[in-house]
Amino acid sequence: MTPLLKIDGLTKTYPGVVANDDVSLSIAPGEVHALLGENGAGKSTLVKTIFGLNQPDKGRMEMDGTPYAPSSPEDARVAGVGMVFQHFSLFEALDVAENVALGMSDPPPMRDLSQRIETVSRDYGLPLKPGQIVGDLSAGERQRVEIVRCLLGNPRLLIMDEPTSVLTPQEVDLLFKTLRQLRDEGTSILYISHKLEEIRALCDTATILRGGKVVATCTPSEESAGRMAELMVGRRLDVPARAGTVRPETLLQIDRLSVPAASEFGTALKEVSLTLKAGEVLGIGGVAGNGQDELVATLAGETRSPADTIFLERRDISRLGPEQRRVRGLLTAPEERLGHAAAPDLSLTENGLLSAATSQGLARRGFVDWRAARRFAESVIERFDVRTPGPGTVARALSGGNLQKFVIGREIAQDPLVLVVNQPTWGVDAAAAATIRQALLDLAGEGSGVIVISQDLDELMQISDRFAALTEGRLSPFRPAAGLTVEEIGLMLGGAHDMEPAHAH
Amino acid sequence: MDLGSISPALLIASLMVASTPLLLAALGELVVERAGVLNLGVEGMMIVGAICGFATAVETGSPPLGFLAGAAGAALLSLVFAVLTQVFLANQVATGLALTLFGLGLSSLIGQGYVGIKPPGTGRLDLGPLADIPFLGRAVFSHDWMVYLSLALTVVIAWTLARTRAGLKLRAVGENHDAAHALGLHVVLTRFAAIAFGGAMAGLGGAYLSLVRVPQWTEGMTAGAGWIALAIVVFASWRAGRVLLGAYLFGGVTVLQLNLQAVGVALPVEYLSMSPYVVTILVLVIMSARRARGTAAPASLGKAFHATH
Repeated sequence: MTPLLKIDGLTKTYPGVVANDDVSLSIAPGEVHALLGENGAGKSTLVKTIFGLNQPDKGRMEMDGTPYAPSSPEDARVAGVGMVFQHFSLFEALDVAENVALGMSDPPPMRDLSQRIETVSRDYGLPLKPGQIVGDLSAGERQRVEIVRCLLGNPRLLIMDEPTSVLTPQEVDLLFKTLRQLRDEGTSILYISHKLEEIRALCDTATILRGGKVVATCTPSEESAGRMAELMVGRRLDVPARAGTVRPETLLQIDRLSVPAASEFGTALKEVSLTLKAGEVLGIGGVAGNGQDELVATLAGETRSPADTIFLERRDISRLGPEQRRVRGLLTAPEERLGHAAAPDLSLTENGLLSAATSQGLARRGFVDWRAARRFAESVIERFDVRTPGPGTVARALSGGNLQKFVIGREIAQDPLVLVVNQPTWGVDAAAAATIRQALLDLAGEGSGVIVISQDLDELMQISDRFAALTEGRLSPFRPAAGLTVEEIGLMLGGAHDMEPAHAH
Repeated sequence: MDLGSISPALLIASLMVASTPLLLAALGELVVERAGVLNLGVEGMMIVGAICGFATAVETGSPPLGFLAGAAGAALLSLVFAVLTQVFLANQVATGLALTLFGLGLSSLIGQGYVGIKPPGTGRLDLGPLADIPFLGRAVFSHDWMVYLSLALTVVIAWTLARTRAGLKLRAVGENHDAAHALGLHVVLTRFAAIAFGGAMAGLGGAYLSLVRVPQWTEGMTAGAGWIALAIVVFASWRAGRVLLGAYLFGGVTVLQLNLQAVGVALPVEYLSMSPYVVTILVLVIMSARRARGTAAPASLGKAFHATH
């Protein structure tokens, strides 16, 4: 059978990097083909070439055996290629129908279009109302707009760029159902992800990219996730190793901390108590939006709490601001990388300086010591393997995983007494996540205390000594992580700790 | 003091004339800003339009040619802005301010030989029996053709933005230029066209000032009208209908307070003079506050666009 799309020896170079190096692959009609690789492996460059957003330096593509060289997305759409972007290419102020119309080469009049949107969204289980303003929609609904936009063009190849990174598990299930239906109708799908379990569940073939080159082609259902991860990363991924032991002295103590919600969408913290010992890693699990951000903000000093609620080495720090807490050794890394943990348009040197100016002596008498600041940023870049041209690069130019390594590394490099991190590996590829987890464990091994707040339960089980769940602003009692079963964790997350006395027989 | 001496028909008639330059310039800037570009050079483009229009009308004796030249001159000036901000990615605020200063200077230079000359008159549009209707005929149906053209343009622009594919593409570029680019829309080209259109409209407004409203050429004769037009666009929350309202409100209160001054109302002149600004801002603020959503500025307004890989 002639492949639907055949790529032969594609090479694309950007100043300083070879993004795609002699890449070849072929996709059969009705095949779900995975494109697997770490951040920066060249996946996005490759699909942008297929979608006509950039032109290859070398190599050729064929559709149905005829040469295919799109010079614009328009050409690609005409040839039957549709693409759902990772960062949605939607217009928030416009409504669903207008957004769809913009992505079509030759849209019908608005009234017909609205009807077709309703038909397609019903047929494929993607509920949408054409008149809704996109700015009011959830991430999952926005993705549906993108998918419907592609489907109306009757694509023969649908490209999905990391479609599940912003979806809830329920939304992922819904998406997979739709994709399987499309496949059964003969549409080919090029599915880009670094989530191995998803690929094993959905895809027929996988092409694995590393450093811009194809390193392997395999059948995901026949490979183990571990084997594919090795191919993707290029080396064995070690399970993080513990070094030190928990010591008896208490570093951080929170005593019945209650903080009202800051906004109507916020969560109030209710009587949160915990004790963090030297050398200990505390894991706090729970679905985002249950008080995680508020807890981090309160520990960072962004939100002040009542006196006598937070103690660092037995001293009350409840009323201190962020800078005073930093000086005393309590550092935090918030969840939002761009805009909260890092200033997007400042260089890495400047972003490092913002956090470490005092602790590393990067400013003296109000003047910045730029040479020392650059050295500090360079040391973080080197130690945490941040892939960037240099410390002068602005934060927003880094990929998510690399920036995450930098903002967490920046705090770890300051040898904190206590480090609080929120979602440390969210959206980070497997190798970078392993680096970050190992660094957190090493920090604890040196006698610091670490609090990890995360939605990723596997991660928490891997690295924490004790585990608790944060549900609707309440923190369950901590339990040793070793030996916890999935059912027990589920009960803790469900908020069952409140009802425990009622269940006791 | 005799308020009865103010004729309502004449008041409305002069209101329409006073508002037309503002309306033209503000409509142009509305289109520019909906495409995501903030051009603060409206004042400069208006005054270049005023002198280009004036000079051409005087030399050729034809007001329509004058208006055409006013639009062309200002559009040409706006292309300087377009090249600087869209190709060389210069800061839009600074470039716009520079454009105003440049326009003021350039217009004085061109206008040196034209001070104290009377331009050829722009004729009334003959609307036949409509002009004979009592009151309305005198107030609304006895103007020059530019007044009606500006009203027609309001409708055309509102309709184009809301209903046509070209309008949708323009709004898309102004809302999210990265997404627009990813979908294959031509961001820079769209913005060039919008900027040139905005320049032409500001030029028409300026030419209307020098050819009809005043009518003569004096240095700095726009006297801040470009800035008012800019403010009207913002307070009208980027909607053509409200731009019309804002421009007519401002023109109306201006004319009214002049009439009140003339009949000697017992209010300090300073209060009367500031009243158009205060009333316009108040009304438009109240209107835009009532409907908080859908009134927001174009999301990419003032941001430089550079197509990366």
